[in-house]
Amino acid sequence: MHTELTDTEIIKRILTGEQAIFSILVQRYQQYVFTLVHRFTDSREDAEEISQDIFVKAYRSLADFRGESKFSTWLYTVVRTSCITFLRKKKLDITSIDNERTALQLENRESGFKANAIEQKSRHAMVNEAIRLLSPDDSQLITLFYKGEQSLEEIGRIMGLDPNTVKVKLHRARNRLKEKMEKHFSYEIRELHND
Amino acid sequence: MNTQQPMEDRLWDYIDGLSSPAERSVIDGLIASNREWQQKYAELLHTHQLLNSSELEAPSMRFTKNVMEEISRYHVAPATKSYINKNIIRGIGAFFLTMIAGLFVYVLSQFKWSGNSSSGSASAPSLRLPSVDNLGLEKINYSKAFNSTWVIAFMLIVVVMGWMLLDMYLQQKRKQHGH
Repeated sequence: MHTELTDTEIIKRILTGEQAIFSILVQRYQQYVFTLVHRFTDSREDAEEISQDIFVKAYRSLADFRGESKFSTWLYTVVRTSCITFLRKKKLDITSIDNERTALQLENRESGFKANAIEQKSRHAMVNEAIRLLSPDDSQLITLFYKGEQSLEEIGRIMGLDPNTVKVKLHRARNRLKEKMEKHFSYEIRELHND
Repeated sequence: MNTQQPMEDRLWDYIDGLSSPAERSVIDGLIASNREWQQKYAELLHTHQLLNSSELEAPSMRFTKNVMEEISRYHVAPATKSYINKNIIRGIGAFFLTMIAGLFVYVLSQFKWSGNSSSGSASAPSLRLPSVDNLGLEKINYSKAFNSTWVIAFMLIVVVMGWMLLDMYLQQKRKQHGH
């Protein structure tokens, strides 16, 4: 019954005191938020804790949502600022450390991985793993565009960039993803091509 | 690579549906006739399809419950717009602008303007800027500076504005307590 309500209708009702209805928004967006956060951190536990904080923050500042953009765009802005704050707190290098570590992990297990990769990993898992090899910015950009249902303008608003810059960055991110897939998953890609 | 870049960009725009109708028909023709474009298109389309098929990750089953338990301790905060008084922001802005303007006027009043008697155009005034040697702090005549009418006027304005800001703040506080 509740699922038919639009985000704006739900927000209006929450602002009039129906706190319980916020659970619909949580259910609706938890996977998007969790995926975006998980792109920033290796740990599922950290990702879950940050995602939880994001929803609490969003709830508390819901009165600030003026409906000028989609609720998802506004929520992803909260996601982005929270993730950046988290990274600053952890003093992690946004662009390199995570990637290098993940790349190393991948290379270490490469020998055992190739033998039965297709059986063990689905196409989705391979794509997700390749996305995680990118920098947090690139992976968020790709996730927002392909999974977050955000236009270039909306991504620009979330990331504080001009839509044209977003377009260029998206092209580059996809090219880098292609390179990563060719480097780490060439065998699987060939298998997929043969299917 | 450089020659490939525009081709890739154009193909990505084509795949994303961002090309104009004219551009689309040009690219349709290129894909149909040019083998290199055909191959690149197939390659990019494959990446695009893979990305479209990627799945979202799910948090634990208790996630919604945890969030709802957490927010039960909070209330929605009032909108930022409702408690930020624009007059106070304007007041602060005016305060700093007055300070800058006052400083500017003071600095200008310290320059020595004199007529250029040596040149032919005697009426043109010349500005004698203070040399580096003259900028020594020990040489500043503070009593003169604070006796200047400009400085006193400026300080009076700043003090009055400070009182006005304080008054506005206290009035707002009183109103809030009244409610």
